[in-house]
Amino acid sequence: MSIEQQISRKQRPPFHDRTKEAIEHPFLQKAVRYTQDRLRGGKKRAEAEIGNWEEWRLKAEAIRRHTVEHLDVYLDQFTTNVENAGGTVHFADTSQEVLDLVTQIVRKKEARSIVKSKSMVSEEVDLNHVMEQQGVEVVESDLGEYIVQLADEAPSHIIVPAIHKNRQEITRLFSKEAGKLLSEETAELTAFARKRMREKFLQADIGITGCNFGVAESGSVVLVTNEGNARMSTTLPDTHIVVMGMERIAPRWRDLDVLLTMLTRSATGQKITSYVTALTGPRREGEADGPKEMHVIVVDNGRSSMLGTGYQDVLHCIRCGACINVCPVYRQIGGHAYGGVYPGPIGAVLTPLLEGFEGWTELPYASSLCGACTDACPVRIPLHERLLDLRADEVETKQTPWSERLAFKGFGVLAEHPEWFEKAAVMGHWMGKPLADQEGFLQKGPGPLKGWTDSRDLPIPAKTSFRKWWRKEGKQDG
Amino acid sequence: MQVALFITCLSDVFYPSVGMSVVRVLRRLGVEVDFPTEQTCCGQPAFNSGYRQDAAKAAKQMIRAFEGYDAVITPSGSCAAMVRKEYPHLLNDDSEWKERAQSLADRCYEFSEFLVSRLSLEMIDARLEGKATYHHSCHMYRGLRLTEPPLQVLSQVQGLEVVNLPYHEDCCGFGGTFAVKMSEISQEMADEKIQHLESTEADYLIGSDMSCLMHLGGRIRRKEKSVEIMHVAQVLDRGMMK
Repeated sequence: MSIEQQISRKQRPPFHDRTKEAIEHPFLQKAVRYTQDRLRGGKKRAEAEIGNWEEWRLKAEAIRRHTVEHLDVYLDQFTTNVENAGGTVHFADTSQEVLDLVTQIVRKKEARSIVKSKSMVSEEVDLNHVMEQQGVEVVESDLGEYIVQLADEAPSHIIVPAIHKNRQEITRLFSKEAGKLLSEETAELTAFARKRMREKFLQADIGITGCNFGVAESGSVVLVTNEGNARMSTTLPDTHIVVMGMERIAPRWRDLDVLLTMLTRSATGQKITSYVTALTGPRREGEADGPKEMHVIVVDNGRSSMLGTGYQDVLHCIRCGACINVCPVYRQIGGHAYGGVYPGPIGAVLTPLLEGFEGWTELPYASSLCGACTDACPVRIPLHERLLDLRADEVETKQTPWSERLAFKGFGVLAEHPEWFEKAAVMGHWMGKPLADQEGFLQKGPGPLKGWTDSRDLPIPAKTSFRKWWRKEGKQDG
Repeated sequence: MQVALFITCLSDVFYPSVGMSVVRVLRRLGVEVDFPTEQTCCGQPAFNSGYRQDAAKAAKQMIRAFEGYDAVITPSGSCAAMVRKEYPHLLNDDSEWKERAQSLADRCYEFSEFLVSRLSLEMIDARLEGKATYHHSCHMYRGLRLTEPPLQVLSQVQGLEVVNLPYHEDCCGFGGTFAVKMSEISQEMADEKIQHLESTEADYLIGSDMSCLMHLGGRIRRKEKSVEIMHVAQVLDRGMMK
């Protein structure tokens, strides 16, 4: 973790404050719900249209499982083939190493400006800010990323970075950047962004992209976009840097076929995105365009710690965002409240795994365990089960408060003693009664019940429990 | 057939009338019901909070309590899912307990599921006038894939119009300790669910999990709105009384 990240982490308000802020935001929920509905609706239609969706999921899961199980072999093959095609491969264990590698290339090229195509891994290492501190201009070329960059924010969704922004806000941001008042018309706003982008593409010394898939058998980097910005970022600047997560490998082109089929349908409901770009090495002799140099930085940054553990399947993720689009928690709070780079269910699982529990103990609990994420995942990662595993890990490593540990100890004892269990319920009734209204509901609960009664009435335990009724009447009636 | 009622701790303590309805309905349908008093809680609160050792204690207690019964019926999709999907994993380390856990898992039925799969729906002779909508609980809907049985049961009730709840596959925001730990988010989820509920103009909100209904009902009461909340078993019980 870079020093800047450490500082920003300390400044990050606690989870509950972030949540509150999101809920109180005047239009965040409306914007998020609208786009979530559009995306999940699109996915449903795409599933029906292709047919046999469950079979496709099984196929995709098998490919991801096989790939991650043999990641060393495929990374080796990928590296060899990138280098055979004239590219250079670097391996970065930590985010600092990623930053060092990029900095080295920037200095060697005496680069002054960078254009970027969408990359979540670059968010992990906070690349933009670090480059800007070194006096290098960085411009995001994905429209959504550009919007959040102008707002000096982080993406709040992995494929729809500006999901939380509405038209008025975007108009304000663009007008400020343009130095004149723009209208709220889509055509005028996109025309501005397009013109601005063209200038930046032509100026840039380096293009930085992520990598949706690296095809091992050919050493190709595959980029999936709807705006063509990845093509511009990789053909105009002299140097192309790819920042890829180490697990982002597809062994063969035929595997890529299945994975792309699942990625675009799961992400936006599209059969295919407007642009799918495969780049194999830099410009070759006699070719008219493409970068003179291509560097591929393969990033670990905590990923390898999942290998060989019960969390290995989290590495199967293809970053489609389908889990985010169906998540009822994300629906209420958007992405920033999660606080990490990756929001939603995948973020709640991934962030503590990549960075450890410190600062992230709430995330595994930021889920109602409804399982919608697990059903939505195109590669069948049981996300809600991994959240449960993380909770168990928190308990095991004593991250949870002592009062809670004590309470569940007590629960375990009561659960083994039906007669004590019954007495506790009776006690609950008599303790609750003086605090309850005439119909037996608490409006303001004491102690730990406050969390419930802040928003809901709570019935007190019934005077006659079921088991009491059973002994007195129920049993005989039969 | 030796049938046992698995009441769930929540219904035992807070909603005994749901248990009474289950007993009465089953008896009217000719099923002999027993209630093993050794049962306590399925252990889900501990399990879902990460306290697996404490949850395992509850699981063993329940497995002991229900040994020897041909079928174990519970008016909760969520608790049925805990027994069926989690017990065998939870007690994975001990082959003897794992086997006993699997045996209970195989004998455990959610209430509507039991009616549909083990009895004949035509046996149900019930009438309740009004408009209702049904809340699918996540653990029953996605966990056990029991989407149709409660609706099939309700379709037998004459006079009852059951309308679709928009976004019925979405969570209501209960989520066990989530409702307390993340109460602000939970409240937003409840409010969205209540908006959809209101759009149906239903008189009754019917469900198969009193936990969701305690949460939604508590919020509905706080907001001083009027819709009657019932478990499927209560609908049948009331509808069968003539």
